Amino acid sequence: MKNTLKTFFAVLTIVALSSFANLGGGHGYHIGDVATDFELENIDGKTVSLSDFKSAKGFIVVFTCNTCPYAVAYEDRVEALNKKYANLGYPVVAIMPNNTEVKPGDSMEAMKARAKAKGFTFPYLMDEGQKIYPKYGATKTPHIYILQKTKKGNVVKYMGAIDDNYLDANAVNKKYVEDAVDALLSGKEIEEKQTRAIGCSIKV
Amino acid sequence: MKYAWIIGLVLFFSCKDATEKEQVAEVKQILETEISLEVYDFDGLQKFLSTTDDKTYVVNFWATWCAPCIKELPYFEKLNKNYSEDVEVILVSLDFPSKYETKLKPYIINKNLKSKVVALNDVDSNTWIPKVDESWTGAIPATIIYNKNKRQFYEKSFNYDELETEVKQFLK
Repeated sequence: MKNTLKTFFAVLTIVALSSFANLGGGHGYHIGDVATDFELENIDGKTVSLSDFKSAKGFIVVFTCNTCPYAVAYEDRVEALNKKYANLGYPVVAIMPNNTEVKPGDSMEAMKARAKAKGFTFPYLMDEGQKIYPKYGATKTPHIYILQKTKKGNVVKYMGAIDDNYLDANAVNKKYVEDAVDALLSGKEIEEKQTRAIGCSIKV
Repeated sequence: MKYAWIIGLVLFFSCKDATEKEQVAEVKQILETEISLEVYDFDGLQKFLSTTDDKTYVVNFWATWCAPCIKELPYFEKLNKNYSEDVEVILVSLDFPSKYETKLKPYIINKNLKSKVVALNDVDSNTWIPKVDESWTGAIPATIIYNKNKRQFYEKSFNYDELETEVKQFLK
């Protein structure tokens, strides 16, 4: 009985500690974590969830916005990623994480206008209430998460930058996102699972 | 604390108004005042991140297009002025090279920035960001405060009180 009680309290302590760790972590996902799905409004007024993409093998989730020069510098490259990989099973899903009261240039109306002007073929979603980006741990725009659909959920396989040259798409040496998706498609290990780039802090 | 914030906000908005009104004068002023800008790649910048004299260095990564950076810039200027004997502020601009002439230099002139401003032009950020600090995800504003004994990195915005409190830890 005594031992049972001891075990019970030990288990209780571990559960309590680990739930605290989850709550207090606040640093978002690590490679290998299961990413949350969401239900966010798209620029066409409909809501979009990852679970809507029945035939997808995974996703290129891009936290981006209208107003950050880095995000703007990558717009065409994000569109190119969707054109190349949507048909191969890895569509781009873009999420705008900023507080639109701080950044009116990222309002739903502005997002619609920008998507129309640039001819975006991917969903461009509003993180209404700014609830999703903290779960992912996105800190800036642009910030990319590549997810692979598995039986246990959408597993984070890559986090970070699109490539290694924000200034000039023609001078890129390493295409991090393409390399990662190519590796996933061919069942190989992703060489660089995490990269870093300068970006605009997400406006709260 | 509360008042500092309000004063900060008032300053921020009044500065903004002033620049808008001075639009006409601005063009002439640029012609009259040429400034040179030091531009570095990360290797070149490193000397500003590792000086080992007796001063405390406050290195702030910013850009003219970054609203929270512009908001906190006056606090770094104030710090540089108030602690000129012990502290040196270095403002590292991440403005795109195409904006040096049209945005960065006019900003430095119009705001009459007294702190040292340098530009960092190094596209391979995946290589140099962790060298600045292992924890930096790459968002700006970001700041390092260091001296020969101590070093601390902040991926956040500051108000003046917070900034002064942090710097005082280094001056003990």
